[in-house]
Amino acid sequence: MFDLWDKIQETLHLKPQRSFTGGIAHNNQFKLTASQPTVACAMPEMLIHPIKQHIGDPCEPVVSVGDRVLRGQVIAKAQGYVSVPIHASTSGVVERIEEHTIPHPSGLGLTSIFIKPDGLDEVDESLHPLPNYRSVDAVELRERIRNAGVAGLGGAVFPTFIKLVHDGKNPIETVILNGIECEPWLTCDHQLMIEKAHEIITGMDIILHLVDGKKGVIAIEDNKPDAVAVLQKALADMGLTQISIEVLPTKYPQGSEKQLIQVITGKEVPSGSLPLQVGVLSTNVGTSKAIYDAVCLGEPLTERIITVSGDAVPKPANMSVRLGTSMQFLLTQCGVDDFAGIKVVHGGPMMGELLSNDDAPVVKASNGILAMSQALLKRAHFDEDPCIRCGDCGEVCPAGLMPNLLAQHCKEDQFERAQDYNLFDCIECGACSYVCPSHIPLVHYFRYGKGQVAQIQREKAFAEESRMRSEKRDARLAKELAEKEEKRRIAKEKKEARAKALAEKQAAEDATSSVEAGSADKPSVESANENTGKGVAKAIDKPEETS
Amino acid sequence: MTEFGIILLSAVLVNNYVLTKFLGICPFLGVSGKLETAIGMSFAVMFVMTLASTASWIIQQLILIPFDIVYLQTVFFILIIAALVQFVELVMHKTSPVLYQGLGIFLPLITTNCAVLGVAILNVQQDYSFFASVLYGFGAAVGFGLVLVLFSGLRERLEAAPIPEVFKGSPIILITAGMMALAFMGFAGLVKV
Amino acid sequence: MELLYPILIFAMLALVIGIGLALASRYFHVEGDPLADKIDSLLPQTQCGQCGYPGCRPYANAVAADEVSVNHCVPGGERTMLQIADIMGVEPKAIEEEETVPVVAYIREDECIGCTLCIKACPVDCIIGAPKQYHTIVADHCTGCTLCLEPCPVDCIDMVETPELLEHWAWPVPGTKRAIKAETRKASHEEKAEGKHV
Repeated sequence: MFDLWDKIQETLHLKPQRSFTGGIAHNNQFKLTASQPTVACAMPEMLIHPIKQHIGDPCEPVVSVGDRVLRGQVIAKAQGYVSVPIHASTSGVVERIEEHTIPHPSGLGLTSIFIKPDGLDEVDESLHPLPNYRSVDAVELRERIRNAGVAGLGGAVFPTFIKLVHDGKNPIETVILNGIECEPWLTCDHQLMIEKAHEIITGMDIILHLVDGKKGVIAIEDNKPDAVAVLQKALADMGLTQISIEVLPTKYPQGSEKQLIQVITGKEVPSGSLPLQVGVLSTNVGTSKAIYDAVCLGEPLTERIITVSGDAVPKPANMSVRLGTSMQFLLTQCGVDDFAGIKVVHGGPMMGELLSNDDAPVVKASNGILAMSQALLKRAHFDEDPCIRCGDCGEVCPAGLMPNLLAQHCKEDQFERAQDYNLFDCIECGACSYVCPSHIPLVHYFRYGKGQVAQIQREKAFAEESRMRSEKRDARLAKELAEKEEKRRIAKEKKEARAKALAEKQAAEDATSSVEAGSADKPSVESANENTGKGVAKAIDKPEETS
Repeated sequence: MTEFGIILLSAVLVNNYVLTKFLGICPFLGVSGKLETAIGMSFAVMFVMTLASTASWIIQQLILIPFDIVYLQTVFFILIIAALVQFVELVMHKTSPVLYQGLGIFLPLITTNCAVLGVAILNVQQDYSFFASVLYGFGAAVGFGLVLVLFSGLRERLEAAPIPEVFKGSPIILITAGMMALAFMGFAGLVKV
Repeated sequence: MELLYPILIFAMLALVIGIGLALASRYFHVEGDPLADKIDSLLPQTQCGQCGYPGCRPYANAVAADEVSVNHCVPGGERTMLQIADIMGVEPKAIEEEETVPVVAYIREDECIGCTLCIKACPVDCIIGAPKQYHTIVADHCTGCTLCLEPCPVDCIDMVETPELLEHWAWPVPGTKRAIKAETRKASHEEKAEGKHV
């Protein structure tokens, strides 16, 4: 009865919605690795570091082949503003710097630094620990977080330091730590929260200090009661009253930033805006721990917890892996021996990418590696049936869009109409593709549409620039031509003037000679005098002209 | 007052010029491919229809009947309509050249649009007062515009739909138009005019 | 007599309307050619001349004046043709020429003699150089129009495919196309890996 009343109130927006529209309730059968303690992964034979492991500009290598590097040493420096450096994950020798595949759906490669571990695992001590971060200057703290290579470890890998700024225009009221982990199969954040609760909370305190936030909220789904208990105890021990824990109902995609902010603060982030503009800052619990490591321990980002799972893995586990470990090595560590019959998914099953090459290295964005048997994957999206307009996709969409309409427009290349229906508000969560009874790969159509729109805009900008260059060139040529014409005209005028003066002088000489010859014709004499006068005048003028 | 409401409602829905009287099918099928051209065309036709029916009423009452030359009705009305269409063309060419190009030949064809001449002649046949005839002309125009815009929306959706090869193009368009006409039959009996 | 009045009235009415229209046409006179501007903004501005006109603006003017069909722009491809056909209100026509991969020009500097002929030929001024100095092409601005190839007396300019940048990669249409592309990439990577081991 009261549930109904609550629901009515929520629908009428009389009180903030406890949950967002749409979403899928996954059951927890797929969390095979839940509550499994983290296992350290063995050191592989080669560590491969691609020069771009974050959103923004790629880094530039600062080491050369043959250099010896230590763990935590900067091997590629940041370029531009939206960039963070990359560090070596262990001590060793740089063997080569060349192109290698990366976990990207295109299958394209990127320049990567290959480091051969020497087994000593020597640590670079250049970053000093700053345990009393509250007394450290905010700018220095921010620089420290940047230099430690911290990027969003929830999968978005946005350079964290950019968010950690105290802006007078957009003050941050709430800092949210995203410990939701709504994707099936993945449990790395879950394990991190159980094992490193103090570190996570300290990291949150650092963030609150940096942005001068009013309160902090750690959001956890209700399928992780052990993590909730551990964190509550840690909070009680540390006595931080600003920070609280919110337990939210398990629904996919609860962990999506905009949906999370809507549920916790009741505010909806407007389309095309950042959470900054509603006074909220949101990061992953893994990022918070990385901030703690960077500030309090002086350790750059060199390893992370990854869930290695899937129905083709005999011994699924949460592993603590050094960045740069090859995925094949990781999977063999968990018992996979036959790579022929499986497909590797980088990330979660809903939003992760199917890799075409399992030799890619683990990067900062890798929160899960799933090895799925071909049989399980084959059922989905290989045979696309026509849309039956059932409306299930619209019901589950957390952003309130109409996926069937959007996909239809993207398919027919009608990108402007797709944008009218808010194509770019899609968060690509995959809920619509999951529920579609006709197995239409909806999210892939959206990705195709978004890619084409970006390409068209790029081409348009290039064409506009080319047009301006062409017009400037035409203007330059026209100007040169006009100048040439002008010069020619002046030269011609001078020539004519000179010729005229010469002719007159000649006529004057003829006139004076005729006068001497004794011509009695008055007018002619007068005219001759006139001519003489003119001739003399011209003769006087001429030197001035020619000089 | 109710009389005016009834006239308006009847002209827009019950006796819709396109779907009930089957006049003006040419631009209805010709420019309804895109929503933008449909809206542009419907505004142009609305303008022409309203003014044409007003002007034709004036001409009928002040010139044709006093001088007993009612048999010259068609000629006079076409003159008015042609002038109005020419004016609309000039304005459109200046204000929206893309729309002007998009409508193409259908813009001057409003002159020979049977709906426009039809509204002028039917208007004078019904012997309304001045205000009533203006309202009738306006209502007919609104009805025409409404159906044109609705149909263009349907056609845009049809473009993206998986239609069998044999029906693609004119066949499915005509079938859809027929279904719309069937739907509008539901308005019959709404008002008794 | 009876016929005179109607004729007179009709003639007067026509005269009045005619004068009104003449005044209106004076007031609503259209300057320039806004349609050509719109078409020009859709063209890719490579200024290559493959359409048969010396540049993109002349082609836009010709299309607006209905002198030429809409399917002549080769670099613009099908998309541009559809957009122009949309504006002009005509049926789309297939482009006769084959659509090529995007290319940029590249000068083999060792062979360049510094004659500046290619600099004069480039329609977007993207070649840097001076007499008796090496010339080089600013690849970021090159539109791939190939107008510099002919003037070069030592034939030292190549057209190379623009490399596929990771930032500019876009998802293909889902379905079999995607599977085929991924397979091709995987095959090329396997070849490279085998090459390394050998």
